[in-house]
Amino acid sequence: MTASSENRDESQMIASILAGNTHEFHRLIQPYERSVYSMALSMLQNEADAEDAAQEAFLKAFRNLEKFRGEAKFSTWLISITLNEARSRLRQKKTAKTDSLDELNEGGHMSPALLRDWREIPSAALERQEVRLLLQDAITDLPHIYREVFVLRDMEDLSVNQSAEALGISVAATKVRLHRARLMLQKKLAPQLKQVMPKKRWLPWF
Amino acid sequence: MVLECKHVWEHISGYLDGTLDAAVLEDVQKHLEHCEICSAILDSTRNILILTADERVFELPLGFSEWLHARLEAEMQGFTYRPSETTDAGDT
Repeated sequence: MTASSENRDESQMIASILAGNTHEFHRLIQPYERSVYSMALSMLQNEADAEDAAQEAFLKAFRNLEKFRGEAKFSTWLISITLNEARSRLRQKKTAKTDSLDELNEGGHMSPALLRDWREIPSAALERQEVRLLLQDAITDLPHIYREVFVLRDMEDLSVNQSAEALGISVAATKVRLHRARLMLQKKLAPQLKQVMPKKRWLPWF
Repeated sequence: MVLECKHVWEHISGYLDGTLDAAVLEDVQKHLEHCEICSAILDSTRNILILTADERVFELPLGFSEWLHARLEAEMQGFTYRPSETTDAGDT
């Protein structure tokens, strides 16, 4: 999650909220708004649903703050609530959109996109909407079981063990799914990103 | 042990997470030294993970924050947590 959350005493804030200073909850969640929404959107693939689910997750976190046990980080707890909220909405929708055979074939080999060289794409490229859209589409198009683990581990920065716990699957299964998710993204995105990045971008302008 | 490319691909994720066994890591590294394809696959995967982890990928919709905090504010009106010492008091 965001670095801005790291220098705060969240356990003290939570104790204060539980003691009646409920308004402090606004400040407690502020660093996490974006990541909770990102997670909901990557899971639900629809902005309106994601906005709704993210808001509901924050409301549930507020109502259930007493149940938060200090063993986990608040951010991890919040992410679990968001994951459950998104999962229950996916179940309700029962979108007949079944995931591809890739999902069923967890033991099969994955082949990445073959390249001969890779020119580093700097994070500044994210200022371009077309680059952001490519990444968004690639993430939201991952089959559901791969998307979950990818979002937890690589976007929300949970550890493999924390991701496994949040998903209720084994650490070994988490690693396998994560590996497949990453290679699926590489296979799809590497050729696309190569194409949208201008080849001569390192040359100075005259 | 000399690894073929397709075996190296199986270890890309573990390589990036730094969780490979020492012996496997050494074999993978040896392979990467002379295989430009596997090196490019590794570099591109690492690059893509950095990009997808960037918080700018998914932007908050306009007004999200205002609406969220307004809903929370409404929720907070008259809301009290049950005091932990007297868990059976405070039932409504």
